[in-house]
Amino acid sequence: MIDSFLSYLGSTVPPANAGNQLWVLIYVLIIFAAVSLTVMWLINWVERKALAHFQVRLGPMRVGPHGLLQPFADALKLMLKEDIIPDQADKAVFWFAPVIGLLAAFTVYIVIPFGPSQAVSDMNIGILFMLGVSSLGVLGIVTAGWASNSHYPLMGALRSSAQMVSYEVAMGLAVVSAILMTSLNPSGTGTLSMIGIVEAQQQQGIWFLFKFFPLGLIAFVIFAIAMVAETNRAPFDLPEAESELTAGFHTEYSGLRWSLFMLAEYAAMMAVSSIAVTMWLGGWLRPFPNLMHGPTWDFIFSLFPGLSFVAFAAFAFIGTVRMPKHSYFKIQTVGLGIFGLVLAFIALILLVISIGGYVAQAHATTGPSPTGLLKALATFNEGIGYVYWFLLKVTIFMYLFIWYRATWPRYRFDQLMKIGWKVMLPVSLGALIATAIVGVIVK
Amino acid sequence: MNPAINVGAAPVATPWFFYGLAAAAVISGLLVITRRNAVHSALALIVTLLSVAGLYLMLYAPFVAGVQIIVYAGGIMVLFLFVIMLVNIERVSKERQFNRIWPIGLLASCALLALFLSAFKKGKSLFPDRIIPLPEATNTQGIAAMLYGEAGKMGQYTFTFEIASLLLLVAILGAVIMTKKKI
Repeated sequence: MIDSFLSYLGSTVPPANAGNQLWVLIYVLIIFAAVSLTVMWLINWVERKALAHFQVRLGPMRVGPHGLLQPFADALKLMLKEDIIPDQADKAVFWFAPVIGLLAAFTVYIVIPFGPSQAVSDMNIGILFMLGVSSLGVLGIVTAGWASNSHYPLMGALRSSAQMVSYEVAMGLAVVSAILMTSLNPSGTGTLSMIGIVEAQQQQGIWFLFKFFPLGLIAFVIFAIAMVAETNRAPFDLPEAESELTAGFHTEYSGLRWSLFMLAEYAAMMAVSSIAVTMWLGGWLRPFPNLMHGPTWDFIFSLFPGLSFVAFAAFAFIGTVRMPKHSYFKIQTVGLGIFGLVLAFIALILLVISIGGYVAQAHATTGPSPTGLLKALATFNEGIGYVYWFLLKVTIFMYLFIWYRATWPRYRFDQLMKIGWKVMLPVSLGALIATAIVGVIVK
Repeated sequence: MNPAINVGAAPVATPWFFYGLAAAAVISGLLVITRRNAVHSALALIVTLLSVAGLYLMLYAPFVAGVQIIVYAGGIMVLFLFVIMLVNIERVSKERQFNRIWPIGLLASCALLALFLSAFKKGKSLFPDRIIPLPEATNTQGIAAMLYGEAGKMGQYTFTFEIASLLLLVAILGAVIMTKKKI
């Protein structure tokens, strides 16, 4: 066991491709824990705070400093709540529906490339697998709506299935036009592998967003709209439109089972954002890897993860100083100060790692390649850089989802269908054909 | 399993995976035809389709497996469920399940069983003695080369493939015309 643990270290391929089942398990557990915690804590908190500030409210302020611990209180509440199953519901299907959604949302994470080797698996059919499995998520919604044996959930489920099947078409066509661009590689063949797609952008020296301007941009915009519809988020959140359908497909759900739906929805949002980042925004690549290369630029960009944590820590300390000076707020002030210290400590570690990586690189250029601690630091530095840039891009998308929700009113269902079939489908088809023509001409 | 194709990474797919997937496919296939509730049947059919996708993966055909998931499990079955949910389940579940043409069905399934048995008896001689060398890494590209041909040349199946797509197009147009009286 220790042998198989050590033998993978320093490998340049994902663990599933190296055939190392132990590391596959480790990666899966890390991703599952990280995604669950991010969804439950960070995104939940950011969404509530951001929406509140959009509407000139304060948002959660009581549980923990600035409501930082509110999500944990909510999670506890949801777990302790009574789990009601309606008498006339189809019990087995009702019970299983949230699990289907959750399984579909989390299964796609095994092909998401957080870095060239920071993925569970590099499948030959990566993007096909992602689109296929994420399209299974609708089954969870449909079965939930039907099994509730109630009118509003059924309406929500019908809307959801119609909406997702329609927008999947435009989404798929947009993805195909990005895949076409990978075939312009020097090797001459395209690829469906998620890692291969990012590497194609590196080899061609351009994000596919800017390739064949504006064709790449059009495909990206189509995808960015379709992915909001695919995840049932505002302004396309008709399956759970509260003004018409109470809560749509999850009206009859309560407690833990309801929270599983929320977890699945946010996990799916992160998954589709990762597709967009991989296909059009260069995945794990940092900005300008070809233009600004060399040890100095590498060092400057490797400081970013540490510096962002310095910024977080600074925010926490400012918050500590600005806390009301009353004995009621003493615990909160101390807690926020400790939280700031933890963030500052993480920042320190990250900065040390990036400096260590720089030193290792300097050693490698002058003398023999470094060993031991320096080599480990250099490897860590690289890995953290990849994951950081990938997650930063995904974070931007997650913020956009929240921003949309606060900004745009909901569509009517006929408008939604009209946009999907009469605008997005022709435009994406046109972009696909134009990309193919330009690609043939350029080649 | 043929050891010749297990080159490179250590194989995860053992015969037990085949037994598991095959059992899931058969059991859920039986559920499809025995459940009275149409939604339960549809859900069981999804399990069957997914297990078959797993079997494709075991046969080193990842592209076919991916398409199976997207088209059947993700697309067609959602439409199935969409339609079934509009049907009054309670009335349907009280109707007689078996209709008058069951002898014909029995005959057809007996014929199929005989075919399977004869294939099982003849065994090896029916199949190529070697697995066609389409390695997993270039499987998708291999399919593309067969369907569309290498650069400048027509592929082995380009013509038949295009004919099939024309057939689908006709079906789509027919569906549109049937639903819309006035175009």
